[in-house]
Amino acid sequence: MGEKRATREAFGATLVELADAGMDVVVVEADLSKSTTTATFEKAYPARFFNAGIAEQNMIGTAAGLAVGGKIAFTGSFAVFATGRAYDQVRNTVCYSGLDVKLCPTHSGITVGPDGGSHQMLEDLALMRVLPGMRVLVPADARAAASAIRVAAATPGPFYVRLGRAAVPLVYDEGFEFELGRAYVLREGTDVTLAACGVMVERALAAAELLAAEGVSAEVLDVATIKPIDADTVVASVARTGAVVTCEEHSIIGGLGSAVAEVIGEQRPVPLRRVGVRDVFGTSGDPEELMVHYGLTAIDIAAAAREAIAVRA
Amino acid sequence: MAEGRSPDELRELARRMRCDIVSMLTEAGSGHPGGSLSAADIVATLYGSVLRHDPAQPALPERDRFVLSKGHAAPVLYAALAETGYFDRTHLGTLRKLGSILQGHPDCKKTPGVEVSTGSLGQGLAISNGMALSLRLDGMMEPTVYCLLGDGELQEGEVWEAAMFASHHGLTNVVAIVDNNGLQIDGACSEVMCLGEIAHKFAAFGWEAVECDGHDIGTLVRVLGGARARAEAGGKPVVVVCSTIKGKGVSFMQGLADWHGKTPTAEQAATALAELGCNGEVA
Repeated sequence: MGEKRATREAFGATLVELADAGMDVVVVEADLSKSTTTATFEKAYPARFFNAGIAEQNMIGTAAGLAVGGKIAFTGSFAVFATGRAYDQVRNTVCYSGLDVKLCPTHSGITVGPDGGSHQMLEDLALMRVLPGMRVLVPADARAAASAIRVAAATPGPFYVRLGRAAVPLVYDEGFEFELGRAYVLREGTDVTLAACGVMVERALAAAELLAAEGVSAEVLDVATIKPIDADTVVASVARTGAVVTCEEHSIIGGLGSAVAEVIGEQRPVPLRRVGVRDVFGTSGDPEELMVHYGLTAIDIAAAAREAIAVRA
Repeated sequence: MAEGRSPDELRELARRMRCDIVSMLTEAGSGHPGGSLSAADIVATLYGSVLRHDPAQPALPERDRFVLSKGHAAPVLYAALAETGYFDRTHLGTLRKLGSILQGHPDCKKTPGVEVSTGSLGQGLAISNGMALSLRLDGMMEPTVYCLLGDGELQEGEVWEAAMFASHHGLTNVVAIVDNNGLQIDGACSEVMCLGEIAHKFAAFGWEAVECDGHDIGTLVRVLGGARARAEAGGKPVVVVCSTIKGKGVSFMQGLADWHGKTPTAEQAATALAELGCNGEVA
C-alpha cells in the first residue's frame, strides 16, 4: 500500500477511455475542470465537453437535456455544489425522469482540507441515497474509482460516484472490477465487522491490524455501493462477528452508518458503533490533521470496535 | 410530419383545447387553469402548425421537441397531445387521479409525447439547451427544441444561467417562448417581483427577443414558425415574448391571479364551456 493517488485522478482519464471505446459520453462541468480532472476529457474530446460556468443548477439541467437526447452525461464540480446547490435539479429532473446523468463530483468529505467547512461536503451521501432510482457509489481508491465510473457509464439511470481530493493509498490491485451492489470482504474475522467506504477502507484495514495485535479478529468490508447496499454480505458478516463499526468520511447521519443500521436493525440486530463526523460542519486544516480532529483514524475505529464488542458481551 | 393546419383550423384546435382544459380540470378538482388557458393559442400553434412531429412515433429522431418548462400548465400540453393523437382523449378525464398517465405535472415516464418531466420551475431551458447540444453532436441540424416558460418562472435564477449558456454556445436550435400573462400566484408579477422588460433582459443575455400577441394565431404562426430561421440568420438564440391574458377565453377567469391554481365549480364550468362554445364533442 505504498502508492497514493486521489480518486479524482481517475475521473477525466476514465472518461477519455470510455469515449475512446466508443461510448457516447459527454461532460458538463461548472468551472472546476482542472480540479475535478474533467479537463483531461476536454482536451481529448473538446466537442463533447461543455462548461456551464459557475452555475451548478445549469450544469445538471444541461446534462439532463443531453441525456434526454441519448447521451451518457457526466457532471463535475465539487460534491458540496453538485448535490446541495443543484439538489432540486438532481431530484426533479434527473431522478424523476430517470435520466442517464452520472454525477461524479470530487472534493467530498473533510479531506478537502484547508478550504474549510463551506467546501467539505459531509451530507452528500444522505442527500443522494434518499432519491428514488439513484445509485450511490463510494470507491475506496483510484482503481476502484475508475471501475466505478465505468460501471456508472454502462448502467442505465442516475448515478452518484463520490470522489475525493486527497491522495489516498491504493487498496485494490490493478485490474480491479467494481461490481454494482457488492460489498467486498477484504479481511475475514470473527469478533467484529468493520464496514467502511471510500478513504476509510484503508483505515479500517489498519484498524484491523491494531486489533489483531490485541487478539481481536476484525472482518473488514468495503461497502463500496451505499445504494443498493449489499444487505446479504453485511448481514452474513455481522452474523459471524456479532458486532459492527461503520467507518465513513461523512456525517454519521444518513450515510453508510445509517444504511448499515437500517439493514441490521431489520435483519440481524447487533451492537453498532458509527465512526464519522458527528453532526458538525468541518473546519480548515490539513487533511490528516482533520481526520484526527474528527476521530476518523484507525485508532478511533479500533476504539469503537472495542466498545461494540463490549456491548455485545 | 408537420401538421400544417390553416389559421382557422388552429383557432378551432385552440378552442377545443380550452374546452379540454376546463373539462379536465373541473373533473380533477384541482390544477392550474389560468396559465393553461393563457398558453392555449401558443401551444395550439406549435402542435398544429410549427412542430414537425408524428404522434404515432413520439420518439422519431427527426421530430422537433417541445419542453413545457412551466409544468403546472400540464393541461394545455395534455390537451394538445390528445387532440393531435398521442393518446386517447378518454385519458383527459383521469387527470391527477391515481393510476392516470396524466400526472399533475408532466411526467415523461407516464405520458406519450412528454419529452422530459417538469414541474419545478426554472429548469426547462437548461434541459432544452442540453437537448439542443445533443442534436448538434449527432449532426441533426434540422430539429428545433421549443421551450415554453412562464413570466413568473423567469424569477428563477437557473433560467438566466441557461440564457447565458444558450447564447455563449450559439444555440440557434433552441427557441424560448415566454407566456407573458403578467400574473403569478401571489398577484401581479410586477408587484410580487418585477421582471422589468423581459425582452430587454434576454437581449442583454445575448438573445434576439421578439415580442408578439400570444393570442393572435396569424401572428403566432408567422413569429413562432419563423423563429428558427431568424435564429440562424442572426447567429443567436431567439426568444418570443408573447403577451397573453391569464385565463384567456373564460370571462370570469381572465386577468385574475386567483385562477392560477383554482378549478371551477360544476356551475362555473358550465358557464365557461358555454362561453367557449364547447358542445358534446369534448369530455
